[in-house]
Order: sequence, then C-alpha cells, then structure tokens
Amino acid sequence: MVGTFIVLGFILLAIFAPLLSPYDPIKTNLPERLRPPSKEHLFGTDQFGRDILSRVIYGARIEVWIIFLVTVISGAIGIGVGITAGYFGGLVDEILMRITDIFLAFPRLILAMALSAMLGRGLTNAILAISLVEWTVIARLARAEAMKIKSQPYIEAIRAVGASNFRILFLHVLPMCLSPVLVQLTLRMGTIILTAAGLGFLGLGAQPPTPEWGAIVSDGRSYLVQQWWISTFPGLFIAVVVLGFNLLGDGIRDILDPRLRR
Amino acid sequence: MRRGSLLDISGLRVIFHTYRGTIKALNGVELWLNEEERLGVVGETGCGKSVTALSVMRLIEQPGEITEGSIWLNDKDLLKLSEEEMDRIRGKHISMIFQEPIAALNPVFKVGFQVAEAIAHSQGITIKDAYPQVREALEMVGLDWQRTIDLYAHELSGGMAQRVMIAMALAVKPKLLIADEPTSALDVTIQAQILELLDKLVTVSQSAVVLITHDLGIASEFCDRVAVMYAGNVVEIATSEEIFSQPLHPYTKGLIDSIPVVGRSKELAGIPGVVPDLVDPPSGCRFHPRCKEVFDKCHTELPSLSQVKPNHYVACHLYQ
Amino acid sequence: MEVLVDVKNLKKYFEIRKSLFARPVYVKAVDDVSFQIQRGSIFAVVGESGSGKSTLGRTILKLIEPTSGKLVYDGKDITNLSGKEMLQYRRQMQIVQQDPYNSLHPRKLVKDIVGEGLKIHLKMKPDEVYTHIKEILELVGLREEHMFRYPHEFSGGQRQRIAIARALVLKPKFVVLDEPTSALDVSVQARALALLRDLREKFSLTYLFITHNLAVVDYMATHVAVMYLGKVMEIGTKDDIFLRASHPYTLALLDCVPTVGTGRKIRSVPRGEIPNPTKPPSGCVFHTRCPKAQKICQEQEPAFVEVSPGHYCRCHFCA
Repeated sequence: MVGTFIVLGFILLAIFAPLLSPYDPIKTNLPERLRPPSKEHLFGTDQFGRDILSRVIYGARIEVWIIFLVTVISGAIGIGVGITAGYFGGLVDEILMRITDIFLAFPRLILAMALSAMLGRGLTNAILAISLVEWTVIARLARAEAMKIKSQPYIEAIRAVGASNFRILFLHVLPMCLSPVLVQLTLRMGTIILTAAGLGFLGLGAQPPTPEWGAIVSDGRSYLVQQWWISTFPGLFIAVVVLGFNLLGDGIRDILDPRLRR
Repeated sequence: MRRGSLLDISGLRVIFHTYRGTIKALNGVELWLNEEERLGVVGETGCGKSVTALSVMRLIEQPGEITEGSIWLNDKDLLKLSEEEMDRIRGKHISMIFQEPIAALNPVFKVGFQVAEAIAHSQGITIKDAYPQVREALEMVGLDWQRTIDLYAHELSGGMAQRVMIAMALAVKPKLLIADEPTSALDVTIQAQILELLDKLVTVSQSAVVLITHDLGIASEFCDRVAVMYAGNVVEIATSEEIFSQPLHPYTKGLIDSIPVVGRSKELAGIPGVVPDLVDPPSGCRFHPRCKEVFDKCHTELPSLSQVKPNHYVACHLYQ
Repeated sequence: MEVLVDVKNLKKYFEIRKSLFARPVYVKAVDDVSFQIQRGSIFAVVGESGSGKSTLGRTILKLIEPTSGKLVYDGKDITNLSGKEMLQYRRQMQIVQQDPYNSLHPRKLVKDIVGEGLKIHLKMKPDEVYTHIKEILELVGLREEHMFRYPHEFSGGQRQRIAIARALVLKPKFVVLDEPTSALDVSVQARALALLRDLREKFSLTYLFITHNLAVVDYMATHVAVMYLGKVMEIGTKDDIFLRASHPYTLALLDCVPTVGTGRKIRSVPRGEIPNPTKPPSGCVFHTRCPKAQKICQEQEPAFVEVSPGHYCRCHFCA
C-alpha cells in the first residue's frame, strides 16, 4: 500500500512537473545563490541560484524516463535471449548462457560504471549501460520459464498442428513468460534508480545542467557542511522512491505467491 | 442403534472454506461396517469418498471442518475424543494407506526407520526396540528386507512403496484398514499383486477394510459390500454381488452402464451433465439435474438412505 | 484393405548421461517395432509403464525424431523429412493427449486454440475461419459461445472435446490418441469414447489408440498390439487378442484386469517388478516375470511367430 502511494506520487510528480515546480530548474539566478530553505525556495538554492525544489521535481521526470527506457531495453533483450535459450536448449542454450554468465561475473555497479565510461558520458549512454547490466537477470528468469513451458502438452499439441518454432516461441511461449518477468522488472526498478543515481553522482550519467537526482547530490558535494540542502533533498527523494519501489515489489510478490500456493 | 458392529458413520457433514465460497463436501454421509468385513466405497471425482476416510481418521484440517455427525468405532464416538485419545487410535486401531505410495512416505528417512516408527507408535515402545520387528513386517509383504530396509522412498518403485505402506499399516494389526485408491497409480500387473497381497494379509490380521476406489471391478472382486457415493452422499449400499447385478439407484445404474468391460459389447451409455459444483450444489437430491427418472420431490427433498431389501439400502425417492 | 501407416524396425533410444564424462546409458523406449495400420482401423497399442507406447505414438507423428527405422505414411517415406517438409503431412496427422488440464494453452481463447491450425495451413478469411470453428465445436458437442472462453472455464470432459476439435479442424486422416480418456471420470469417459467412434465414422479417420486399459481396447479397437519394454509382444485383430491370446504377457494382462461380477478370482499374477528400462533383461525381455520362462528365454530373443494369418506372437512358446 505505502509502496503504491509512493510510486504513484513519484509518477505524478514527473507528469505534472511543469505545473508543480515554482521555478525553471535550469536557468541560473546568481543573486539568489546558496540560499537556505525558505518560503520562496522550499528546498533552498544551489551555487547557481537554481531552486532545488524545481530541480528535484524535474528530476523525477528524468528518473521516470530512465526507468522506462531501461525496463523496455533490458526487458526486450532479456526475454529475447532467455526464451531462445530455454526453448531451444542444447548448443544455443549453452552459448547464450555463457554470454549471460560473462555479464553476470562482474559486480553490477562496477560493470555499469565501466560500460558507461566506455560509451562516454551522457544520459543516453548511462541508460544503455544500465540496460546492459540489467538484462541478464531477466534472461535467466525467462529461460527458466521457457524451459518449464516447452515441456507442457499444449506446446506439443501445437507442434503437431504444424506451428513453426518461431510461431511457438513468440505466440505461445512468450505470453506465458510475461507475468513473472514483469514482476521481476518492477522489483528491479528501485535498483535501476540507485544505479542511475550512482552514475550521475560520479559524473558518468546525466551531464550538467540536467537535474538528475544523483547529479544534483554530486553538485552539493563541496557545499555539504554549510549548504546541506543541496545534496540532502535529492538524496532523500532517491531513498524514499527506491523504498517505495521495493515495498511495491514486495506487495506484488505477496499477491502472486499465496495464490500460487493455493 | 448401531448398524455396523465395528464402524458406524451417521449424519456426517464436512465443509471446506475457500475464497470461492464454502464447499459442502459431505452432506450427511451414512456408512457402516462390521468386524472383518470389506466395504468398497466407489464414486467419481468430488463424491467425498476421500474426505469421508480422512474424517474417520480425524485428519480433516483447516480450511476443512467437520460440522455435524458421529463416527462410532465400536463403542466410542471418534468425533468426541480428545486429540491424545485419537492419537492412540490412529496407527493402532485404524490404519490408512494412500494412492501415491512414494509420496506418502517420508523422503528423508529410510524405509526401515519409518516401519519401525509405525510399529513403535502402535506398541508404545521406542523406535530402537521396534527394529527387530521390521524384518518380519517387510517379509510379510514380500520384500527383500535386507535390501529394502536401507532404501529411501525415491529409490522404490510404486509397487514396492505400496508394499512398505501396507507393512506399516498391517504390522500393527489394526481393527480397521482404510485404503484410499491404493492401486490407482500402479500398473495393471502390479495392481493385481498388491490386491492379492492385501487380500491375504487382511485375512491374517483380521482387519476390516474400507477400500476406496473408482474401479468397480476392484470393488466387486475385493469387497463384501459396496457403497456408492455421489456429490457428498451415499446413494446406495448393498452386497457387492447385489449392487452390480441389481442396482437400484439411477446413478449406480448409470455408472455401471458407463464402464467398459472386457467381453461385453454393449454401447456405453455415460451419464449426461457434469458432477455439480459443491459450493452451490443442487437442492434436494444432488443427482436430480442428471437423473433420467427425476420428479418433483427430487428437487426439494434430500432422500434418506433407507432399506429397500435385506442388506440393500438406497437413497432415492423412487423407492420411498 | 489399404495400409495407411507402415512402421518398419522403428527404434527410439534416449540417451541418459549421468555426468559429462560418464558413458551414456540408453533407454530403449521403442526397440525395433514393426507393424502396419490399415486405413479406417482403430489400432490400439496397450502396455504398462515403460512399454514405450507413448513414445511410439509421438515418434510416428515425428514429434520425436526416430533413432533408426522407417516410417511410411500413405505410401511416402517420411522418416527423414525436415520440419518444413513435414508441414504438409502435419495437416493429416494429429494428436489428442492425455491430460485435459495441460493440453490447452491457458492464456488463449478456445477459438484461437482450435483455429490455430487453420491459420497456419490455410490462408482463410476471418469469417471463413469463424464458420469452420463453429462447425467443429458443434460436432464435438460444444456451442458457438464456447469459442470466446478460456480453458479453465471448462470441465475435464469438455476440455478433451476442445482438444479433439483442435485435432479435427483440419480434417486429418490419422489421429494418435494418447490415453484420451484416462484422466476423465467414468461417466464422462463413456461419452468421450462414443464421440470418438462417431467422429471416426463421419470423417473416415484412422486411429492409433494408446492406452493401458484393456476394457477400453475391447470397446474401441479393431486391431491391437501389446507392448512390453519397448518391444511388441503380440499383435493381431481385436478378436485375436481377446479370444485367442497366445503370449504369456497378454494372457497375464487379460487375467489381471479386475472385472465386475466374478467374485474373488484365482490368478497367476506375474511376479516381480517391471524392470528398469535402462537395464532390460537379456533374451526375451519378459522372461524375468514370465510363468512359462525356460532357459532359452534368457538367452535368445524370440522372433515373431505367425499364430494365424495376421496374428503374431513373440515368444518361444506361443500357445
């Protein structure tokens, strides 16, 4: 419940950013620089006079965009690789799984950093990098599901009718794999934000002046002691939203599990 | 008045609470059995035969509930006993064997241990002291005891596992053995072996048997009397000879006419319709929507199981 | 009568490897099986676990690739045809499986399940497809509105009808029925068997009927093959098997079936367990359990003996 609220709030924040945010998040306003939280600037201003609240609100948009793209890209690659490996088995399975293993051998954040650095700075490259890390989890899951499904009588029946492997894979196996994969993708959304924020913090992701939350936290690094508000508020938002996704994910898992047991 | 000298089930009602609604599984079951007698309980899916067996063993747990009725074993109402008293009866006076023998054995203990445990429980001794009797029990069921005693459940074939179960159930010489589809999961030739073994051992231990099955042939060959169940009620009870040669209840007739028999070339009739949903069962006689001989009373009143001929009882308005 | 399916020395061995470096062990699921199925007949294959009957059915349909041997369908050798080449034959050869609860795609509507074959093989317009599906559903005793429901909304018997509809929508000639009624209640089974007989008349079908239930065989079959551990033990017309059985295994099977109205029978039940299929007995595979076994049975595998025209028995001592 709580998770759903947080996630919903987060999404609404992103959608209604232009309406909610009091100031332009990018335009500098040097006379107002480094102001503490006040009535005019609820979250204070940063070293360029930009309103932190507005930057955080617009940052939500960026985060949503990141989550969406990473989910779609990693989902697509993961499902594609997973069901192909699971359905065909044998050599295809071996090769695809070894490739997956190569990606899985590296710690997630390190790999994301390495790929991001390789691809170059920028939000698009960061999204690509994170997707290339996330797909493996989905691939493993999709493969397990595909293996279960391929031995079901209804798959044998449709082979007897004359369906080609391609047809079976995409029209019969894929729809059955979607549920668990979608759940898993939802569960990973919190992690995706953290990774993106991490990359942003390191300067590998979004570039200034893009108000990505990790980047904003990074902005406030040198001002941490005196002007605590620059890093704290975006940091708080990251924590709360990730918590929200985790709670939502737990909730989804709980809803599905007892029914399975029943 | 007790109808059966060993077991008398009267007015048994059992329900199950599910998210879909309450399943009225047993709708006033009447069943009785004499000492050393063999009663077959036949019926299709959902008729309540397994639930009845589990009720006798008092193994019905949430979301299931026994709401009404009495189950008399000799002079005790099993439904009124405490858990400790019932525990002394299970595995000692009443034993049970199940359909999937390999699944019914504990996967992490060796066969020898489990048989010893069963014997120990029934005699009130320690498992260690019961071990010497394990050899005899395994030989009784035709197993090579030296090899079998150290095997795990998954290392046994279906037939062997069922023999182990029979050893555990009959080594204690129970007054009543409940066998719930003991051979349905076995091949035909193995099934014949197991039934032959059961026949021999049950006679030796002087146990009465309630044999639950969907196979009318097994009921006919093995049992003295047969009870036919449908959707939570017993609809007919008679000697096995009579129930198959002169069935009275329309369901029994329909059932017998639906079963292919080697050598009989008659058309198989089948029974139109499907077994009812027990969350919302038909009113009155639960068979009435599928009955060819239905009339008004059948829709409103549940017929009671009453005697029509000596040792032949039917629950049908046609005979009341 | 014409031969529709000709099976010659068919073998299907499955390889089981315990670990990467262990020597592979073979399960000889189907071991050198030969027979012919006449057009229009109901050819029953009977056996217990490990007999290989299910594998045989699927290998004939090429859902499983044969290890060796020859499969001739309607005069054409289909043994080595590839997936694409088999497509034209798939229209004619269908299967109805045992488990009605897993043989229909749980996320698809009945119309899509039944109609998929039409989409794959014929380029029909949507309204033609609709009519076809409606017709076939009515033929199996279902109604038009059932097209728009999901499998879980139906009972076991109805699901089996949907499976039959799926198999018949392309008007095949040959249908493999793998224990099609074993999972159904007795009262439902009777109607399903009657339906199958009926449809065979209407569409001039040929059935390969796989089952372990001899009473059903007696009711349905025109010809019977009895299998044990991958080999055919006896084969003949239905009457040959039921009235003049020669093989000790067939006789044992017939004897072991419990029947209504006979009271307690004295039987000579074959002793012992069905052997592990990875370690089949030498010589005649049934010798370990056969009441008539002699020394020769352990040493030499018997060849088929023609007991009477068309009736063969694989035993050194055929009655």
